[in-house]
Amino acid sequence: MARLNSPEELENFRQEILSKRDPSTTCISICAGAGCIASGADEVIAAFKAQIEKEGLTAKVDTKGTGCPGFCERGPVVVIYPEEICYLQVAAEDVPEIVSETIKKKKIVERLLFVDPGTGEKAIHESDISFYKNQERNVLCNNIKIDSKSIDDYLAIGGYSALTKALSQMTDLEILEEVKKSNLRGRGGAGFPAGRKWEGSRNAPEPIKYVIVNADEGDPGAFMDRALLEGNPHSILEGLIIGGYAIGSHEGYFYVRQEYPLAVENINLAIKQAEAYGLLGKNILGSGFDFKVFVHQGAGAFVCGESTALMTSLEGRVGEPRPKYTRSNIKGLWNRPSVLNNVETWANVPLIINNGADWFNQIGTESSKGTKIFSLVGKITNTGLVEVPMGMTLRDIIYKIGGGIPNGKKFKAVQTGGPSGGCIPEDQLDLKVGFDELTKAGSMMGSGGMIVLDEDTCMVDVARYFINFLTDESCGKCVPCREGLRQMHRILTNITVGKGKEGDIELLEELSETAVEASLCALGKSAPNPFLSTLRYFRDEYEAHIKEKRCPALSCKELISFYIDPAKCKACMICFKKCPAEAIDGGKKKIHIIDQEKCTNCGTCFEVCPAKFDAVTKISGEPVPAPVAEEERMITKKSPRKSK
Amino acid sequence: MSEIQLEIDGKEVKATEGMTVLEAAQSAGIFIPTLCYHEKLEPFGGCRVCIVEVEVNGWTKLVVSCVYPVEENIIVRTRSEKVDRIRKTIIELLMAHAPNSPQLQDLAKEYGADRDRFEKDTSFCIHCGLCVRYCAEVAKKNAIGFVGRGINKEISFIPEIAAKVCNDCKECFPLCPTSYLQAAFVLTESLAFPSPSSERASEE
Repeated sequence: MARLNSPEELENFRQEILSKRDPSTTCISICAGAGCIASGADEVIAAFKAQIEKEGLTAKVDTKGTGCPGFCERGPVVVIYPEEICYLQVAAEDVPEIVSETIKKKKIVERLLFVDPGTGEKAIHESDISFYKNQERNVLCNNIKIDSKSIDDYLAIGGYSALTKALSQMTDLEILEEVKKSNLRGRGGAGFPAGRKWEGSRNAPEPIKYVIVNADEGDPGAFMDRALLEGNPHSILEGLIIGGYAIGSHEGYFYVRQEYPLAVENINLAIKQAEAYGLLGKNILGSGFDFKVFVHQGAGAFVCGESTALMTSLEGRVGEPRPKYTRSNIKGLWNRPSVLNNVETWANVPLIINNGADWFNQIGTESSKGTKIFSLVGKITNTGLVEVPMGMTLRDIIYKIGGGIPNGKKFKAVQTGGPSGGCIPEDQLDLKVGFDELTKAGSMMGSGGMIVLDEDTCMVDVARYFINFLTDESCGKCVPCREGLRQMHRILTNITVGKGKEGDIELLEELSETAVEASLCALGKSAPNPFLSTLRYFRDEYEAHIKEKRCPALSCKELISFYIDPAKCKACMICFKKCPAEAIDGGKKKIHIIDQEKCTNCGTCFEVCPAKFDAVTKISGEPVPAPVAEEERMITKKSPRKSK
Repeated sequence: MSEIQLEIDGKEVKATEGMTVLEAAQSAGIFIPTLCYHEKLEPFGGCRVCIVEVEVNGWTKLVVSCVYPVEENIIVRTRSEKVDRIRKTIIELLMAHAPNSPQLQDLAKEYGADRDRFEKDTSFCIHCGLCVRYCAEVAKKNAIGFVGRGINKEISFIPEIAAKVCNDCKECFPLCPTSYLQAAFVLTESLAFPSPSSERASEE
């Protein structure tokens, strides 16, 4: 393929690609994102290719592995175009039937359709599925339409048209003004206005400047950036080139976490393809603008998502944050002006250039514009990636899109913003998502993690879990973070195992203040959030653990006991046989009793006791009732017993 | 270098551009406690004990003085209820590691810190990095470095380098606020350095 030397050549080439593609051709898109691959997408893709060839349909049917459309709960996801028929949890065994029924006869394979858990209705089209219907997918929408390894696919959906527009119809200053006017705020955590960050770098006197993609997505349970990097790498690259042009930078970097091998592979491939087409390199599309891009893999440190640590790491040194009070857009990588934006922020740039800042401003709230991708995980029916306009309520995200809490459990809280975010309780479910709204509620937007917690979740344990994560990930440079978190983790652990003391809450508050006020970087400054927000909304749980040695969620292992209600036990022997600690005494027709000395609180008896008996209960904060007297343990039909 | 006028603890202080608040305070004879600061070394900003209150255009914020650059007309308060409280907590956190460090004991007295407030992790090292940085920046030997991350971070001599250069230098020894540095050196020495007597023995 020859280089494209002008916007016209790119446009002609695009038309050439499109002329070879008939929109009415059947196309089978199979998600080849990491989640679907884990549930067998590779086999499904291979099976489709083989079956299509076997049936002699290769000329008529396209088969492609695509980016992640987000519905990971029901993967592997298959969408058949042009009808947009969506099949979920497809296995290789389903493929012959799909080909013979849907591809050849245009009939629906009912059993693979989405069934709405609420109404029981089946949805044929992707856009009818409740999970998708309520989203506004501006950034993620192309993932399922393109083979993420094909630049031609990206061009076919209008890719690089924003770059063409930027280079040929706009000045660098006009681009900057458009981005500023769009009020695009950074999607990586702090929500800093991207345009202002760009402007600072642009105006800095140092002539060599850098633009960097922060693809060091490290929050537990977050995978928005991974989906974009794997699924639509060119959209990020296009944004980066535009950013480089706007601020006068000729060198860009992708800092990708090493744990994302497919993302690294796809982004490297995208760069090679863009170079071959002349969309990177010297004199891009004849504009006179030169730009090159490098990929750097992180070495597995969460703190390298922090801007100065990322840049230090990029320079080849230990990834620790810098203590300096200088903005990195003025003095960043190698002390030069560096614009660091998150993956999703960069992916929004081509949309803003193509559609204009006014279009972008129509979406969202007063202070948060556009859409935001959240990874909706935890105790939620529809796990996956959801892209919604800013300003949608948490309730709508969790219930309308997420399908609510599974197994008939009650919602307790939603943890947003990654490990240093906070927990938002039920009475704030009508909170609109936005940078400032979430911060006001004691949590934060972060990069878009959203972990739903149900009634079985202990909030003290949640705080302990996240503080543990952050203790592990602290770089260890400054005392308030390294030592403060170590002690906070210790105290929280003590509380969850029944060793909490009066004064622990106050001590945790003091350590939190020290970390918030005195830590060197944002990791330490925000690290106490999991504790502070759970204390704010669930103080009673802390007090129950400390004062009564009781875990209200019946979750902390050291604070609960299992007990078999003699009135309900049918002596079915199931728990007796399953108990791994051999702690259950009983026999046929002999009521079972748990030997509390031997019991390890593993919960097996609780799980295996048939629901119709419901004889095993969890107790916390109160003594286990004395076992039923030996002579009353034999079950005879004529002796109904009373409950304890 | 332009001159900058600022106020520290009610006193008018003159400084030059590029100086840190700590340097400006020191030049005016105002004491701010430090643990990881050394005049010959690049500011590290690790111990955070030199935290102060700075008022810029009516906004008060907490900053660490060893890194924060002087600015025209800022008002610095080296002590306040909050500053003292944070310093006290930091000292207590470090005393869980090195309860007998004379420097920490002095600070504890000043700030009313309780050395037994937190459960002990007597590792002795307080990770001030003075040894590591002095060796890299002043001695230019890189014979000692940090290994590990976070709570598992520790200092470690690099035996191959240390065996060659440390015996004639040892300039880092007096910098250490605890006894840990010398202990680490002795350990490295006994594990990795060939001792003169055994060398001689093998030559014979």
